[in-house]
This record gives sequence, C-alpha cells and structure tokens, in this order.
Amino acid sequence: MTIDMTTAPDLLDVRGLSVEFPARGGGWVRAVSDVSLRVGQGESVGLVGESGSGKTVTSLAVMGLTRLTGGRIAEGSVAFDGRELTSLPEREWRALRGGGIGMIFQQPTRSLNPAFTVGDQIAESVRRHLGLGRRAARARAVEMLKLVEIPRAESRVDDYPHAFSGGMCQRVMIAMVMATNPRLLVADEPTTALDVTVQERILTLLRDLREQTGVALLFVSHDLAVVADLCERVVVMYAGEIIEDGTAGDVFYEPQHPYSAGLLASIPNPRAGIGKRLASIPGQIPSAGTWPAGCRFQARCGFAVPGVCDTAHPPLLPSPAGSLSRCVRAGEITLEGVAAG
Amino acid sequence: MLRFAGKRLLAAVPLLFIVPFLVFALINFAPGDPAYALAGDNPTPERIAMIRHNLGLDEPMFARYGQWVWSAMHGDLGVSFIADQNVTDLILRRASTTVSLVVVAMVIAVVFGMLFAILASLRPNGIFDRIVNWVSSIAIAVPAFWFGIVLASLFTVSLRLFPAFGYRPLADGFGTWLSFLVLPGLALGLLPAAEVALQLRSSLGTVLKSDYILNAEARGLSRLSVVLKHALKNAAVPVVTVLGFRVSEVLAGSVTLEIIYNMPGLGRLAVDSVLARDVPVLLGFVLFSTTIVVLVNLLVDISYGYFNPKVRT
Amino acid sequence: MTATTVAPTPSADQPEGGAVETSLLRGMLRRTTTVVAGGFLLLLIVVAILAPVVAPHDPNAQDVLNRLRPPSGEHLLGTDDYGRDVLSRIIFGARVSLVAAVQAAGLALVIGLPLGIIAGYVRGWLEVVLVRVMDAMMSTPSLVLAITIVAVLGPGITNAMLAIGLIMSPRFFRVARASTMNVRHETYIEASIALGCTGTRTVVRHILPNVLPPIVLVTSVSLGAAVAAESSLSFLGLGVKPPAASWGSMLTTAAANMDTAPFMAWPPGVMIFLTVLSFTYLGDGVRRGLTRTRAE
Repeated sequence: MTIDMTTAPDLLDVRGLSVEFPARGGGWVRAVSDVSLRVGQGESVGLVGESGSGKTVTSLAVMGLTRLTGGRIAEGSVAFDGRELTSLPEREWRALRGGGIGMIFQQPTRSLNPAFTVGDQIAESVRRHLGLGRRAARARAVEMLKLVEIPRAESRVDDYPHAFSGGMCQRVMIAMVMATNPRLLVADEPTTALDVTVQERILTLLRDLREQTGVALLFVSHDLAVVADLCERVVVMYAGEIIEDGTAGDVFYEPQHPYSAGLLASIPNPRAGIGKRLASIPGQIPSAGTWPAGCRFQARCGFAVPGVCDTAHPPLLPSPAGSLSRCVRAGEITLEGVAAG
Repeated sequence: MLRFAGKRLLAAVPLLFIVPFLVFALINFAPGDPAYALAGDNPTPERIAMIRHNLGLDEPMFARYGQWVWSAMHGDLGVSFIADQNVTDLILRRASTTVSLVVVAMVIAVVFGMLFAILASLRPNGIFDRIVNWVSSIAIAVPAFWFGIVLASLFTVSLRLFPAFGYRPLADGFGTWLSFLVLPGLALGLLPAAEVALQLRSSLGTVLKSDYILNAEARGLSRLSVVLKHALKNAAVPVVTVLGFRVSEVLAGSVTLEIIYNMPGLGRLAVDSVLARDVPVLLGFVLFSTTIVVLVNLLVDISYGYFNPKVRT
Repeated sequence: MTATTVAPTPSADQPEGGAVETSLLRGMLRRTTTVVAGGFLLLLIVVAILAPVVAPHDPNAQDVLNRLRPPSGEHLLGTDDYGRDVLSRIIFGARVSLVAAVQAAGLALVIGLPLGIIAGYVRGWLEVVLVRVMDAMMSTPSLVLAITIVAVLGPGITNAMLAIGLIMSPRFFRVARASTMNVRHETYIEASIALGCTGTRTVVRHILPNVLPPIVLVTSVSLGAAVAAESSLSFLGLGVKPPAASWGSMLTTAAANMDTAPFMAWPPGVMIFLTVLSFTYLGDGVRRGLTRTRAE
C-alpha cells in the first residue's frame, strides 16, 4: 500500500504535550513534559520506554482519556488529521474515539465487559459508529471475529468473555476496535500479558491488518524486540520525555542516546553464548516530580560528564546519524546498536 | 438460564416445609401445655381436655404436623380458633393489601435508591455524592412506623393532600389504588432506599474504575450507555442481595404501617392471632410470609445468573 | 498498562495527619461523630439510671383535665391523652429501651459468640450442624420468629426481647465464626496446637483479639436494632404492658391522636432515631479504634 508521505498531512501530530496529575498534598506534578511525535498516514510507530516513562500517559492523551484517568493537559497540542483535539468538546471526542482512533489495552481479559457477550459488545460499537441496524451489526461482528481468526465465529459470537483465553480475548478486542474502521490504532502493550507464542500470533495479526486496511499504528511497549519487528519508526521515552526519535533501522543499528543503547544491550541475545551476563542499566527511573536538573538520565549514564550533563536540560536535536536525540554528546560517543544479521 | 432457575427452585422448596415445622415445634415445646394456654384463665380440667381433643393435641406432634401439611397442600389451612372462619379465606382476602404495600415500598426503594446512587457516582466525592452518603447513613436509623405517622399527620391530616386511611383494591383504578399506598410505601421504603443507594454507589464506584469501563469510553460510547448499561449490570449483584434481605424486613414493617394507616392487611390479623394464640391463623400467616421470602430469595438467586454470566456454568 | 490515577482517592476515614494512635480511646476520640454518639448515649444512660430523680413528674400520674396539651412551662413536652407528662415518660422510656436493648443484644451475644467460636475452631460435624441451624434461623423471616415466640410465651417486654435476642444471634454467630476461621488456619495457631497448647489458651490469646473488633461493631449495631425492635413491638402492643412508658407505646398514642396532637409523635420518634444512630456510630468508631490499635 503506497502512501505519498511527503504531501499527505500527518495523521497524528503531537506537539509539546505536557500532562500533569494531582500530587499528594496538593498541586500538580508533570508525568509527561514537552512530548512531540508524529504518525503519518498508514505508518507504524513504536513508542518505547520502561514503566514510569510516561508512554501510557501519552497514549491516553492521544485518546482524550486524560481527564478520565485523573489528569489534565497542561500544555501542548494533539492534532488528528489536521484537527486540534485538546479543545475538542466531549461530544465530538466520542465520535472520534472508536471511529477515528481506536485503542487496545494490556489486559485483554479485564478489558471486556464480563456481563455481555462478545458479539453484543462488538455490535454495540458498530451500531454507534457505523449506524448499522441490529442484524447488520451482528453480521459485522461475526465477520470481524473471522477476520481475527477466531474459530467457529458464528457460535462464538454469543459467548461471554470468560469463555475465551487471554490471546483470544486480545483478538476479540482487536476485532472490536477494527470493526469501526479507525484510521489510527493505539496499542498499549497489547502482548505484554500474553504467552510468547501467543504474542507472536497477535503481532502477525496486527501486521496483516495493517496490510489489509492501511491502518496506522502507534505501538506502545517496553519491549524493543517486539517493536523492531512491527514498526517503521521508533520513539524512545524516558522519565516523561522523548530522548530519541528516528527510523527503526537508525535506532536499532545506530542508537544516538545511551539509554537506547542500554535498552538494546539488555535484549537477551541467544547467540551470545552461555557465559556472558545479561546486561542491564543500573539504577532506577526517576519518578514524576523527582526529575533532576539537567539530563534526566545522567544518574544512570556511563557517558555522563559532570558539569555538562547535570546542569542544563538538553534539548531534542537532530544527531549526525539522522535520528533526533536528547544527548548532548550524541556526535562524540559511539554507541553499540544491535548487531546486523 | 432456565435450567439454572429450575435448580434454584428445587433448592428453595424445602424451606417451605421447614419453617412452619419450626413454628409448629416451638409452639408444641413451649413451656406449658398449649391447650392450657388456650383455655384462658382458671380453666377446668374438663375444658382443657376438651380443647386438647378438639385440636387433636392428643395425637403425636409429627402426626399433627403431617396432617396440617397434607391439608395445606390441598389449600385447607384449617379454621380460626376465634373467628370461626376458614383460614385460607381470611388470609387470601387480606393478602392483596399487604402484598401491594410491600411491592410499592420496594419499587420506591429501588427507584430512588438507584436514582441517587447513579447521580452521585457521576461526580465522585462531589457535594451531591457526600450529601447522598450522609443522608442515606442517617436514614437507616429512622423508625419506619414513626416516619409513617409523621407523613400521615403532615400530608393527610394537615395538608389533606392524600386520602384518608384505608385501602382500595386495584380494581378501583390504578390512581386510586396508588394514592392509598404512597405514604405508607414511602415510610416503608425509606430504609431499603437508603441501603440501595449506599450499596449501589459503592459498587458503582468500584466498577467504574474497571478496565472494561475504560475500554467502553475508548470506544466512544455515550456516558449514559457506559454508566447505565456497562457499569450498572456489573454493579447489580450486591445490591440485589441487599434488597433480598430487606424484603422480609419490609414485610415485618408492613404490620405496623397497616395499623397506622388502617389498612385491612395481614398485619392486624397476625398481631391479633398472636395475642389470642389463634394457632391455625398464626400458622397460616407463617406459611404465607415464608412463601413470600422463599420466592424473593429465589428471584434474587436467579437474578445472579442474569447479572453475572459466570455463575451459570 | 491499566489506567490508574496518580492521585489517591480521598477516603473518609483517613485522619488528618498520619500518626498511628497508641490508645483505643484516642483512636475513638479522633472522630467527632463517635464522640458525640458516645456522649449522647452516656447522657442517656445517666438519665435512665437517675430517672426518678430527673423526671419532673410521675410518668404515670394522670391529669385528665390537662389532656393533650402542647409544650408549656409546666410540661416541657406537653401531655399525652391521659394528661401524663410526656417528658417524664420519655425519661422512663429510656430505661425501658436501654434495658431491653441490653437484654436482647446480650442474649444474642451470649448465644452467638461462643457458638461461633466453637464452630470456627473445632470444625467438623459440630460446625456443620451449627451452621445449618443458624442459616435456617437467618432465612426465617424475623417477624415470623418474633411473633411465634411471643405467641408462645405471651406478650411482655422480657419475652419480646428474648425473641429479638434469639433472632439476632445468627449475626453474632457468623461474625464470630468467620473471624475465628481467619485466625484458626494461620500457621502459628496450628503450630501452637501441635506444641500442645490447650485450646482455651489459644482461644483467649489468639482468637479473641481477632474476633473482638467485628463483634464490637455487631454488638453496637444490634443494640440499636434492639431498641428499634422493642419500639415496634411495644407499638403493636406486644411489648410493654400499659401503662408503662415506652417510646414505642408512646407512638401508639401519638398515632391514635394524630389529628388533635400531631406534635406527640416527635419526642419518642426523635429519641428512637438518635439512640439507634448513636449506637451505630459508636460501634463503628470503636471498631476503627480497635483495628488501628492492633495495626501496630
């Protein structure tokens, strides 16, 4: 599917987004600061980071669910297909959610309402967004279940969520979201709670869906290996901000930030041999409200230079290799990426 | 679903036999000879013996109980000791009043309880939420019959908004029927309404934080649909349980309300039968209220199957 | 990642400040409602004990010429349909209600608590039998049980409270049994039994402290419920024998004289309401206090 990416406006354009939450003892604390990312028409972008990096908060902000989860947008803009979303009235948000942007979640078994059949829940979305009648909506539900390869879809459509395994529930959720033809799919750690073999099948499913429908994908994960496979571009988040943003190839083979390199190094390499230790990044991610002055990663960084890295907060700038990086030393240091091949 | 209901029905039936038996046994094992108690003050030995024979008290207890059960299954509950009337007739004639009152009270409880709980949950910890919580907690301490007296004196006597006391059957028109039941229904329904409000608000609070609610919002469903359809069905189970418990209390309370509002219901009958030790009527009343409670418990059990599909397996 | 709010939901029972209380009393005094409730009940008890001293008139003294008078200097709450002073009857009625409540709740406690502990501790067939019996009692409509017992024993306040006490005992049983079972299967109990510690010792040292908080709550709520039940039964004429004063029987006259003296319903009604409410809040406060003390 060829999309002329040079002339079509970005499907999703987030600029300078900051999200804050109420702090214990009053006041607000920022969980995400100055995040900018783009997803082009039909493009697949990975949003990577550890727990606490702010990636889920960002994905929820894209869906307009920040207020529901207790936070608020402090500043910045989120634009979908040229339309500014941060000031959108609730009524229009409800048309957009499901219809334009869809989201799938991490715990598929808990994300389906146990009191209604899966067919009911899919049909409900379809009736709401596509305006179909009861029978047509139900037919579409069956069709979608077949699309996500649920066997015996005609009878399974009347089953309750507790009759499905984790992997199947995730398929059902994908069916539910895709049934209303969204242009962008936000996937928040959709495979994290699943077995490895099931993971692979879900990822294949997502790949196939992209090919068939051209849906754009914002894939949020802490697992770089998964993202590598599926995404054309990768955005890495740390402590509430973006620290690297480039094509998948660039980030993997030539990372431009010590944190990205650290993440890559900690992917277990089956070819490394038995004696070698698993690499890990020492220390812990600073939580919201405790971000240090200067670079937020410097406490854990092997390349940190005192006086440089702990004073001024580094901006996100293009690095010599092409991807954007927040490391002031991006040009000087050589970082090891994944070995090609 | 049907099979589930059937199973529950079978489990419920034994209670209909056990409870009257319990009552029967209690009366039988009571201190003193029942016939002596029934014979009134200063009875002669001949009178006592005659009463014993009349009541069949000289036969063993189980035989008597068996006889009662047998007749009861044929619709014959015996004859009242005092009024010389057929017990079944007595009870059926007055049952519709009591049942109407209980139904109206429960409907009021459900409607108002649900209304306030849902509205309160829309703004958690807001002013309305806190008021509902506070008022509901306090309302539970209000004695229903006192509230009935206050309502009656206020609306009927002083303001003359509602008809004077009594009862009109449904056949006389829905509006008329309802007008006699509104005030006592409100009085009886206050406590269950408060309990429903508290319980539902609590369940809704928990349910609304679930992942599937977030998912429903993420699919762009309307807020109304999210709360009334998705959340409510999952929040229902503890509320229905509470309601089930309260029905027998409402039934108990109806006795006092019927007296205040001069309604020809089972309440007065029951009290009089106690004071006069009119055993057949008492037993008939026991059977009746047990049946109601059993039916209600059955409905509650069956509703679990509806609200929580996992239970049906 | 699931949607979690960063902000903690303000919960009504977090005290301001964070210090853990070191004494039960301080724990209770933290909450204004508990203090007010406790104070009210204390006052009520004192008034009830000192009733003959405190009451301005003889509660049974009739004065037919002054029937149904509204509040005045002489009769602060007015008079009833026999000209008796309402205030004095309220004061003596407090005696009736409190004694009745203690009788009923006390009986329920004495029956339910030991049986519950035994059932939860000993398990086996004894437990099964007890649970079945208590379940049957709980499923019997309480009204049925109450009027049956009263029918058998005859009306009168003590008999009525006997009935109420019996009816309330399953609540105590359930709570005692559940708490006992909670602790019973902790490994340290099983260890102590294996070491030969006698049952009584184990019960007293380990099980009772665990059972106490929920039992206290149930007792307090049951005291309130017993007051309410006594008033209903007296209202129906199944409780106190006239002319004895009881809040419930005062409401009977109030109902009968609704058109001429609507004010009469308020003194007894308000007293019942306040007493029931106070017992509930007190019990909740004590339970919180006990739980917090144990938490150290």
